[in-house]
Amino acid sequence: MIKLLVDGQEVEVEEGSTLMQACEKNGAEIPRFCFHDRLSIAGNCRMCLVELEGSPKPVASCAMPASEGMKIITKSSSVKKAREGVMEFLLINHPLDCPICDQGGECDLQDQALYYGRGMSRFEEDKRAVDNKPFGPLIKTTMTRCIHCTRCVRFMDEVAGVHELGAVGRGEDMEIFSSSPSGLGGELNGNIIDLCPVGALTSAPYAFKARPWELDKVNSIDVLDGLGSAIQIGSKDGEVLRVLPRLNEDINEEWISDKTRFAIDGLKNQRLDVPYIRNSSGNLQKCSWEQAFQLMANRVSKINSSEIAGLAGNQMCLESMVSLLDLMKSLNVDNLDCRPRNSNMPISHNNKASWLFNPTIRGIEESDLILMIGTEPRYEAAMLDARIRKVWLKNKIFIARIGGGAKSTYPINEIGNDPSIIDSIYRGDHSFNKKLIKSSKPLFIIGQNIFTRSDSIGILGRIREIAKKHNAFNDKWNGVGILQNTANIVAGLEIGFVPKLKTSLNTNKILNNFENGKIKFLWSLGRDDLDINNKNADSFLVYQGHHGDKGAELADVILPGSAYTEKNATYINTEGRVQNAYAAVSPPGSAKEDWKIIRAFSSYIDKTLPYNNLEELRNRISEINNGLTTENFLIKAENNDIGDPKTSLLKEEITNEKLNFFMSCNISRASETMAKCIITQQGK
Amino acid sequence: MIAKQDIIFNDIHGHLGSSLKFSEKRGDWDNTKNLISKGSDWIIEQVKASELRGRGGAGFPTGLKWSFMPKNKTKPHYIVVNADESEPGTCKDREIMRNEPHKLIEGILLAGVAMKANHGFIYIRGEFVDEAKILNKAINEAYDKGYIGKNACKSGFDFELTLHRGAGAYICGEETALLESLEGKKGQPRLKPPFPANAGLYGCPTTVSNVETVAVVPTILRRGAEWFSGIGNKNNTGTKLFCLSGHINKPCVVEEEMGIPLKELLEKYGGGVKGGWANLMAVIPGGSSTPLIPSKVCNNVLMDFDSLKNEGTGLGTAGVIVMDKSTDIIKAIWRLSKFYKHESCGQCTPCREGTGWVMRSMEKLIYGHAENHDIDILKNVCDQIEGHTICALGDAAAWPVQGLIKHFRYVLEDRIKDYKNNVLKVAE
Repeated sequence: MIKLLVDGQEVEVEEGSTLMQACEKNGAEIPRFCFHDRLSIAGNCRMCLVELEGSPKPVASCAMPASEGMKIITKSSSVKKAREGVMEFLLINHPLDCPICDQGGECDLQDQALYYGRGMSRFEEDKRAVDNKPFGPLIKTTMTRCIHCTRCVRFMDEVAGVHELGAVGRGEDMEIFSSSPSGLGGELNGNIIDLCPVGALTSAPYAFKARPWELDKVNSIDVLDGLGSAIQIGSKDGEVLRVLPRLNEDINEEWISDKTRFAIDGLKNQRLDVPYIRNSSGNLQKCSWEQAFQLMANRVSKINSSEIAGLAGNQMCLESMVSLLDLMKSLNVDNLDCRPRNSNMPISHNNKASWLFNPTIRGIEESDLILMIGTEPRYEAAMLDARIRKVWLKNKIFIARIGGGAKSTYPINEIGNDPSIIDSIYRGDHSFNKKLIKSSKPLFIIGQNIFTRSDSIGILGRIREIAKKHNAFNDKWNGVGILQNTANIVAGLEIGFVPKLKTSLNTNKILNNFENGKIKFLWSLGRDDLDINNKNADSFLVYQGHHGDKGAELADVILPGSAYTEKNATYINTEGRVQNAYAAVSPPGSAKEDWKIIRAFSSYIDKTLPYNNLEELRNRISEINNGLTTENFLIKAENNDIGDPKTSLLKEEITNEKLNFFMSCNISRASETMAKCIITQQGK
Repeated sequence: MIAKQDIIFNDIHGHLGSSLKFSEKRGDWDNTKNLISKGSDWIIEQVKASELRGRGGAGFPTGLKWSFMPKNKTKPHYIVVNADESEPGTCKDREIMRNEPHKLIEGILLAGVAMKANHGFIYIRGEFVDEAKILNKAINEAYDKGYIGKNACKSGFDFELTLHRGAGAYICGEETALLESLEGKKGQPRLKPPFPANAGLYGCPTTVSNVETVAVVPTILRRGAEWFSGIGNKNNTGTKLFCLSGHINKPCVVEEEMGIPLKELLEKYGGGVKGGWANLMAVIPGGSSTPLIPSKVCNNVLMDFDSLKNEGTGLGTAGVIVMDKSTDIIKAIWRLSKFYKHESCGQCTPCREGTGWVMRSMEKLIYGHAENHDIDILKNVCDQIEGHTICALGDAAAWPVQGLIKHFRYVLEDRIKDYKNNVLKVAE
């Protein structure tokens, strides 16, 4: 610890701290533009100047390391003068266009000008004008406003790993410049909007939509991938207008992916806002809830329980899944599943480790070697990919992959697609073993596509044994992570929305039987990944969800549910973290919260579920697992013995899911902004 | 007045030839092995005792600077020679590289020994095409002769030397910007600390020294620190190359002892001010960034670091720019402001925004198209730049203008009055 004096008061800070940290510890507020906690120090805005005894010039507190016995003054008139000088320089070439600037109200320059700005300008010359730059469909540039803090350049270089931004020219002609005329690449661009302290970079889809003080803000979580990033939803007049990241060190730090941020315009398109039934001529027609339920009840009453099935998944909340589970139980239905088609992911609670990201997202930072199998984290979980880059950047760890895929922002050593490589590593005669032996915390990331293989148990079992042999399986470190790429499948598995009996059918069999008429009533809770080809005339499909996407096309009854921004609901992310989403707006039209629809139907067929409100429902959920109603509870696997190494491996090559990052779910598929991103990406 | 035998650069004007053969005749590479064998500490001690101060402008004691390098070598050490001589009014390093390249190369080798650096770099200004060619030839000669390279001078010390040509940015003469540029990045100064002696080129301990500083070291070591420290005044010892330009009859580069009176320097070597001493208006004594001094100060001032500092200016690079009474002093300083505005790297706010503002204000003052209080604003803007930037370019941009306002405010005010009385009145 270092002791130093800030404004006459003794402050103790850790070694390696900067003067700014020391000053803040003492409660002194230090203005800044270029400095950001998570980016490298640039020291170029000169706003954070403080007086240091013994130094003839004021020093930039963000860059100066603290040392024993320093005496710092933050409140003297010379410090104020220095900062006022810097502020004046920043303002002389900054346009006076606050009334038409989207940053207004949350602009660092505006705020700090209040304290350090002059009332009048002494600058009589012409202001500088700068051409706008092509930063793609997400980011609107007004480069005349730029104050050259280079936060955007540093973010893209360091965190995003996309080396497309830089500063060209020098002196007052310096401009932030993109080397890619078709727009920025990568999946994290949107964050430079938040980083920009002025209105040089603003959100293009949100342009001129609202002022920050007009927005109703709700802290919630994102469900467009399996991570559950922390977000703040801003809405106005019942419409979600923007999503900003919220700090969550465990998941997304303070960034979010472009999909999380910009896919929200999909919440307005293709919405199911009234119930539909298919009429005699085969077309969907609007109807009342009563009519829809009547038709469904009619169907259910005529068939026996083995002819009924339920599928849930993707972005469906825990509450609706539990409700449907209870309803199906009351009808004695066992044909339930929440896994994707062809997936044979283990379902037993003894096997929790084979569906959780056991090392946790934060744990990635501890690993010193990564082997990815059949996964493309860049597209499947962009924020997790950013963590991998972070640890690579810090420790230059070795990252290998079996199964190939797109390049990412760190070097990936593709060691092949052949399953025999896993066998070879298992036996210990692969060149990768040399790295493994030296590693003390190896990490294995297994993608969803592995579970579509019939030998997935064999792969899991071998990885488990490899991990055991190399320190990756002990009390402190479980280095095998299963990467889920949908928001809430872990919840489905945790509550047992799965074919439990030997006779019950899994997703694949349910769909096959649905196509040949053996399943006569299928309740699809938000499943858009089913690809039903030919529907039997006897079969009856109920689709409950919020978007008219693939899943709703063939439905006989459509029940309009609500999206994640419209309900208070629980989601469990890939690492098993229980998190709550909160309603920012109400569902459109006569759409309802999903669990209420199921509860209403249950009473319509006299099988009333025993809960009347969300609280009672959550009490019911806590019977399954007390942690499921506790925010931030982390589901942990008790038993790590996943898979079975005795199962022999197929010859078939290992592949990844080839997920389209910008259109991975029904919300993003309905988003115009995401469509624009794809066009940009194709142009690159 | 320097004695003939005390002159270090015997062929600064290039009458004798720069090749190895002629250089050896002048005493270069004479038993360098012996100097190397005396070891690192001895060299640094000698340089310290000689009281040699850096010739690049700041005048920091060289021996002290060299001693900042880590004693225990855990990473490669580098010696980088700053040959990016871009300061307007300065042309001494160019003459050394043109005519005495072997003094420089030998100096780099000895500096390398002193700092345990096995690799040296010369970062030469891009515009110095001929100088780069000459230097390159000289380096090859030294390699061929075994003076540098593996087992340099048969001393057992390995030393590689790389010549790197810059691309002509003034800011790359700032030592950390130079290192950035040498690494292949955009030439922008780094934040200090860490200082280059701890983390310099490629993050390794590095010392950046000026060409002249390094080139005088072999002679100091041969003739002894006492000889060097006996020349000049206390704390301002040795000989120095002065670059005389402007309104004098014979502009030249000349070696003289530190502390020679400015008047003597100009009269003796520069052939006097055009139109006589009485016709002198002002002198910029140390390259464009040092504040000017009016003629009355010029009468008695001595040309060394401390004397000039006392007059509110500096020795800088000893690039003496003489201006007689025919000079439009405002326009002259405006030209310097324009230079600094053009050369500001744009990294930090005060310099990026301030240099342009200063230049534009000066532009108006050339015509007097301003008010008296605009002079105060200009002075205040300069004060806001000075000392608030990452590197010294901000200071360098502010000082000439501050000097102008300090000594020639009456000229500025007259110009404003003239403009009002003549131009505006006539227009009415």
